[in-house]
Amino acid sequence: MSTTSTPTVLYQADISAVKEFLKDLIRKTASPESIEWLTQKLTLVSSNAYQAKDLYLAFSAAPRFVGKENLQVNKQDLQQATDIRAGFNPSNWTTAQAARTILILSIPHQNPETYLATIEKLFNTADMGELVALYAALPLLPHPEQFRKRASEGVRTNMGDVYEAVALNNPYPSDYMEEDAWNQMVLKTLFVGKPIYRIYGIEKRVNPKLARMLSDYAHERWAAGRTVSPELWRSVGPYLDDTLLNDVKKLFAQPNDLEKAAAALACTQSNFAPAQELLNEHATLKESVMRGEITWDLIGNRLLEIN
Amino acid sequence: MNPHNLMLIDPHIHMTSRTTDDYQRMRQAGIVAIIEPAFWLGQPRTEVGSFKDYFSSLVGWERFRASQFGIKHYCTIGLNSKEANNEALAEQVMELLPLFVCKEGVVGIGEIGYDDQTPAEDRFFRAQLDLAREVGLPVQVHTPHRDKKAGTITSMEVCLEHGIAPDMVIIDHNNEETVRDVLDRGFWAAFTIYPNSKMGNERMVEIVKQYGSERIIVNSSADWGVSDPLSVPKTASLMLEKGISIEDVRKVCYQNALDAFGKSGQMHESDWLTPATVDQREKFSDNSVLRGGQTPVIGEIKADTVLESNIVR
Repeated sequence: MSTTSTPTVLYQADISAVKEFLKDLIRKTASPESIEWLTQKLTLVSSNAYQAKDLYLAFSAAPRFVGKENLQVNKQDLQQATDIRAGFNPSNWTTAQAARTILILSIPHQNPETYLATIEKLFNTADMGELVALYAALPLLPHPEQFRKRASEGVRTNMGDVYEAVALNNPYPSDYMEEDAWNQMVLKTLFVGKPIYRIYGIEKRVNPKLARMLSDYAHERWAAGRTVSPELWRSVGPYLDDTLLNDVKKLFAQPNDLEKAAAALACTQSNFAPAQELLNEHATLKESVMRGEITWDLIGNRLLEIN
Repeated sequence: MNPHNLMLIDPHIHMTSRTTDDYQRMRQAGIVAIIEPAFWLGQPRTEVGSFKDYFSSLVGWERFRASQFGIKHYCTIGLNSKEANNEALAEQVMELLPLFVCKEGVVGIGEIGYDDQTPAEDRFFRAQLDLAREVGLPVQVHTPHRDKKAGTITSMEVCLEHGIAPDMVIIDHNNEETVRDVLDRGFWAAFTIYPNSKMGNERMVEIVKQYGSERIIVNSSADWGVSDPLSVPKTASLMLEKGISIEDVRKVCYQNALDAFGKSGQMHESDWLTPATVDQREKFSDNSVLRGGQTPVIGEIKADTVLESNIVR
């Protein structure tokens, strides 16, 4: 998955299915006038001869006409979202955000360069709400390989909501981000205190460099007398060796139950024999893990509750 | 400084040039919302990209920065009169404006108007009045420092000529010599409390005593020059001390700005009356992302912890 390879992917999702799905969600909360406004703008921008100004004005004015209500996403909707695009999760989206996404999925995209230039122009002049919409839409856009640099740029933001839009509940990074950018994203998510378990595909993209970076970060925190999020070890477990196992031993010795639980989970993820032996020394925790009473997602949820 | 705990709005302040200390003191003094008009930066820009990034920062980073201090940040977008004199560049800036004027929290076209009152300034002032009419936004008019009275009257006449209703126009930087003309014509009259070149607090008190509180607005225009981001709270305090009623003070330091710029549909009292909450409720509004029947943490951000959150220990 390197940038030098010839682009091969044209679509990540069936665009017309995404548009219909989002329109249905907007209809649940927005007024008929809002839908009418949107339909009219979509007709304007989907023509091959559309005017850039029409797109800019509609894209920025969306909240004025369709509002900023939270979408009502029920279990069936969420299932449908996942069926359309694995990992697509609009639970936290607003009506304006959905409308903006439909707009950028409606403009002509046959020419990848032109499409990229248009989307980049929207990014480069975006306000906060627009940035959230654009980054969260990355997993739905045509020509997905073109947006790798943009996704990495999103991770550099200092605005919390924008960061969440690119890093959390978004399947684009795990599918397309370069490994170094992905590693920075995981580390920064911990650094800014956001939940790791909401990074889609966190398990899929584990790698030895990330495990080393995370362990170093934990040591830095410990040296400063600071706490270390138990979620950090989720991407370390698969790469346990003699060195990293010392971290896990330290975790087992912590007074915090969630850290002990993280230690047990990390050992479970490992094929390293000494890690299995260490886990056997903590029989109760091992059983909890085996029975599925301890999972990384539960730890992540628990951390959110107490913080 | 604000013994009655009045909520205050500074509808003209260039926060790009101010520090976080200013934001902290402003919030402590009772300022709940500010409007940052697009202006020049002390020296003329030479590339259109500089305008693009400046406008972007007004709707992006500056807004986020303000929110960290519990202050709602709005802005007006426009090509200022000084830089309108570089016509080749001004033409390119005009092409940028449609990208920005309909963004969230853009409460007007501004600050636009005359400086030297040149033909180029006139051309781009008029073009932007047409844009304001097209998108239905209020106009924030900068009046010239020199030949002020005539320039102020011309500004209003040109607005009317372009079909803009007086109640959609905030005429800024008024003084004793211009206020009567502005009020008589039905425009909003804003006053900038700025050392040396504009109004002083004491004079502002006298204006309100003489003209009342209808359609009069106080602001600081604090920027990169010697200026005071607490001009509005200080003037409010002085007015109360000098016997102006609390209701009149509330109008000139809060309500009138909200009424005038609220005509954009982008500025509502609920924006700051509804307390900011920690992100979990927003992010977990649907239980589909929570497991095992857990409930999200919901809590208001307390004023004293807003500042706290910005401190890295």
